[in-house]
Amino acid sequence: MPELLQFLFSGVTVGAVYALVALGFTIIYNASDVVNFAQGEFVMLGGMITVAAYAAGVPLPLAAVIAIVATAAIGVAMNKLAIEPARGAPVVSLIIITIGASIFIRGGTQLLLGKQIHTFPAFSGDAPIRIMGATILPQSLWVIGGAVVVFIGLWLFFTRTLTGRAVLATSNNRLAAQLVGINTRFVMTLSFALSAGIGALAGVLVTPITLTSYDVGLALALKGFAAAMLGGMGNPKGALVGGLLLGLLESMTAGYLSSQYKDAAAFVVILLVLFFMPQGLFGRKSTERV
Amino acid sequence: MKLSPKTATLLVLVLLIALSPLLFPSGYYYRVGALIFVNAIAVTGIVILTGYAGQISLGHAGFAGIGAYACALAPVHLGLHPGLAMVLGAVISGLMAFLVGRPILRLKGYYLGVATLGFGILISMVLNNERQLTGGPDGMEVPDLGLRGLLKDAGLDLTNGQFWYWFCGIAVIIGAWLALNLFNSPSGRALRALHGSEVAARTVGVDVTRLKLQAFVISAVYASVSGSLLALQNKFITPDVAGFMHSIEMVTMAVLGGVGSVLGAIFGAAVLTLLPQVLTVFAEYEQMVLGLVMMLVMIFLPQGLLPSILRRFRRGDE
Repeated sequence: MPELLQFLFSGVTVGAVYALVALGFTIIYNASDVVNFAQGEFVMLGGMITVAAYAAGVPLPLAAVIAIVATAAIGVAMNKLAIEPARGAPVVSLIIITIGASIFIRGGTQLLLGKQIHTFPAFSGDAPIRIMGATILPQSLWVIGGAVVVFIGLWLFFTRTLTGRAVLATSNNRLAAQLVGINTRFVMTLSFALSAGIGALAGVLVTPITLTSYDVGLALALKGFAAAMLGGMGNPKGALVGGLLLGLLESMTAGYLSSQYKDAAAFVVILLVLFFMPQGLFGRKSTERV
Repeated sequence: MKLSPKTATLLVLVLLIALSPLLFPSGYYYRVGALIFVNAIAVTGIVILTGYAGQISLGHAGFAGIGAYACALAPVHLGLHPGLAMVLGAVISGLMAFLVGRPILRLKGYYLGVATLGFGILISMVLNNERQLTGGPDGMEVPDLGLRGLLKDAGLDLTNGQFWYWFCGIAVIIGAWLALNLFNSPSGRALRALHGSEVAARTVGVDVTRLKLQAFVISAVYASVSGSLLALQNKFITPDVAGFMHSIEMVTMAVLGGVGSVLGAIFGAAVLTLLPQVLTVFAEYEQMVLGLVMMLVMIFLPQGLLPSILRRFRRGDE
């Protein structure tokens, strides 16, 4: 029993990170129909910029805020310089653009901040907390708590504020949103800022546990993408469930079956889900107009 | 005299491959040329899948991995000649594509992307983890094809670089010839119809499911052969050949050059294979420049390099 609980803890921690990355995918996808493969780089930037600022003598909380704001700015720049000019390009071209952006960001980070693996101290110490024979790191609670706050905050933003509803309207029908006076370009900019900021926050929270370096982004992007597709692309609830499910699958496989094949289990399940539910778990059933 | 596009494409390819060595300052360029050809073969498969049929794959390196490891494993464990191992790899890849393709190809767009991605990752994970068989991430040696020795006995003494340049060059021409034949055949027309509109194609009686599967299987065989040739040429192989970045490389080469035509895609393969060689001048900026090139080409020349260049030429004529 403590074993199961232990795997549960680690699964939920990793799952919370995947859910945040998947959420980033979802927000940008809803605003612009683009799947942004540079999403993982935002997580990397969050961790790496905090490391750099902290090393320069900035207090940790301030360093984290700087990292999140800077990453959001990079997200906005990416939208303005690379995504907006390519509006209406086919899916494959957009995939290549965002992968190009991610290689560019990775190269830039490597150049400016080096190839070493970095970390900074955990927020509330490293003493593990014992619960029913299993242990959990205080930092894991920060990760899980951070994810909860982000999801609740976004839910309030999308349902209770005018700007949030404008984003939802744009994702439902871009043209109709424009017709009722919504500035859809602003919505896109906002979405990139939000999703880059959320990615960076995930990076800040998880770095004390997993460490960071310039090349951690790609793996996270693939997992986040997979989680978003598993839940059904475009649905924040799907991102949450997909992320947690993926994290749990991984930790259970690693614990009970084989740690080498933990990633395999996740992708096998994704393939199976897509065979039976081609739109993912919570995806909208799309009908094609001819 | 007016040449058909097919004859023109083949003629251009044959001339380029045959005449380029005249400009080579050193033997090293044969090696780079052979690498371009290996990529060109995989990319020709992508043209059939993405350019003709309009389907995306983010996992085709998986098939390249099967082809490569078939050449490494079959000679040791089955006692097969490396050449036959290549055929075996192609058959296995085709069968795999047939089995996996059936359920996967019902998916569209990004969903197809993630499913193929998952498939590719599973293959590369097996290659990485089954150490006792594949040597794991350290890779393994691949036996010699033995053809160069035979040629030498027959009186044709080629350096290793030259041999692989000509061998892969001929493979590229055969691959392009087959793809162009497909393009002009009834199947090819049906594929392009389904690219335009799946529903419309279905309405006029095109067996959409069967055709998509056909394109998937054919492109998998191309990827497999490309992987085999890479393995045999390097005499060494690591699981990177099946990795996600290799899948992306294939798609990027094809789309960057112009995925609608065989010549465009091969041009893309040449550019992206040469780019890192040129970029070593930029040393630590290499990655950034590569990313920048990918973005700029897709933003400003969404049809790909070659079609855009050709269009400019034609405009110049008028």
